[in-house]
Amino acid sequence: MTEGQHVQAILRLGDDAMVLGQRLSAWCGHGPILEEDIALSNIALDLIGQARNLYTLAGAREGKGRSEDDLAFFRTDREFLNHLLVEQPNGHFGDTVVRQMLYSAFALERFAFLSGQLVDAELAGIAAKAVKELQYHWEHAAQWVVRLGDGTAESHEKVQQSLHDLWSCTGELFDVDEVDAACQNAGMLPDLVAIRTAWDLRVNACLAQATLARPEDGWMKEGGKQGVHSEHLSYMLAEMQVLPRTYPNATW
Amino acid sequence: MTNDQRISRAWDQVRTVHDPELPYLTVEEMGMVRGIDVVDGQIVVTITPTYSGCPATDVIREEVNLAIHACEPQARVEVSLSPAWTTDWILPSAYDKMRANGIAPPEGRSADRAFLTGQGKTIPCPRCTSTNTTMVSAFGSTACKAQFKCLDCLEPYEHFKCI
Repeated sequence: MTEGQHVQAILRLGDDAMVLGQRLSAWCGHGPILEEDIALSNIALDLIGQARNLYTLAGAREGKGRSEDDLAFFRTDREFLNHLLVEQPNGHFGDTVVRQMLYSAFALERFAFLSGQLVDAELAGIAAKAVKELQYHWEHAAQWVVRLGDGTAESHEKVQQSLHDLWSCTGELFDVDEVDAACQNAGMLPDLVAIRTAWDLRVNACLAQATLARPEDGWMKEGGKQGVHSEHLSYMLAEMQVLPRTYPNATW
Repeated sequence: MTNDQRISRAWDQVRTVHDPELPYLTVEEMGMVRGIDVVDGQIVVTITPTYSGCPATDVIREEVNLAIHACEPQARVEVSLSPAWTTDWILPSAYDKMRANGIAPPEGRSADRAFLTGQGKTIPCPRCTSTNTTMVSAFGSTACKAQFKCLDCLEPYEHFKCI
């Protein structure tokens, strides 16, 4: 594992949290009920907090003086290394909770490993905190998927469609590229085959309870963690980054 | 003044800082102050945030900074993320203060996974102490709290999540 790969691995983790946190924050004030508005905003806050810690760590490991803000606001879409799943639009509430369920199941397993690895102690500390938060996120999203999937005929049909629409973004979660392989060999990142097994167990149990059919693993989209994204990310970043890019030294 | 005296004086200052979200508790009672040391002649206060995205962290850091500078102009505050903060670090004195302010404190130890989600465990009502209560939402007004309801006295209240 080179220093560059080390930094890239942390950036990928940070970008997943940042992009999904930004997506969820758009629900603030638009939740279907007050409790849900609060829940989605809370989850967004946890994720953005995780991103801040991971960006600060990535900046420190890189050693070029880039701050959390530099990494969040002054990189282009091609420099973001998040998975395609987290940048998908919020859609309706069902789309959002299915996306959240699929991501949380993955992130929970991944951060559980990260909290126990010994290669980067600071990363382990950040992960130990994140994994407790992700446990809540997972339970919350899985409960909603069950409620909607095993709800009315209309809610069932809608989340089944959400699942179908998002499924092609799940293959990439388990693709191993050079960065993953190097970091896995060094013991810093988990074996994605093991993560996939654990993810399958979680997701299958949730879908079974929700009476939803698991889509076939057909053609899968890829490229997110190498910086090749869907068009959705660029629009999201344009909105997220406009202020610091327009007024680079703006402070509150 | 010896280093021990300086550290003791620094603690007195830090103990005056309260949590902006739970103003009846000090940051020391919250278990956020991990240590005060002398490093190269300078006082260093180490704090650990409660939740990754807790917006109060920046304010707390600034207030600890202000308090400590009253006696140690060269002191600095460092944020440590490892080991991660846990509700196990909250001092016993905080529990009664939480209850007196209508918040049900954490129940049990964080290491027990069953305690994580608030399901399958009883969170007594801080108003009437009834154990006939139910969780309304795992998320509350701040990252650290969940919403509960007492089924006897009907009091809605918050529970400090055990993490």
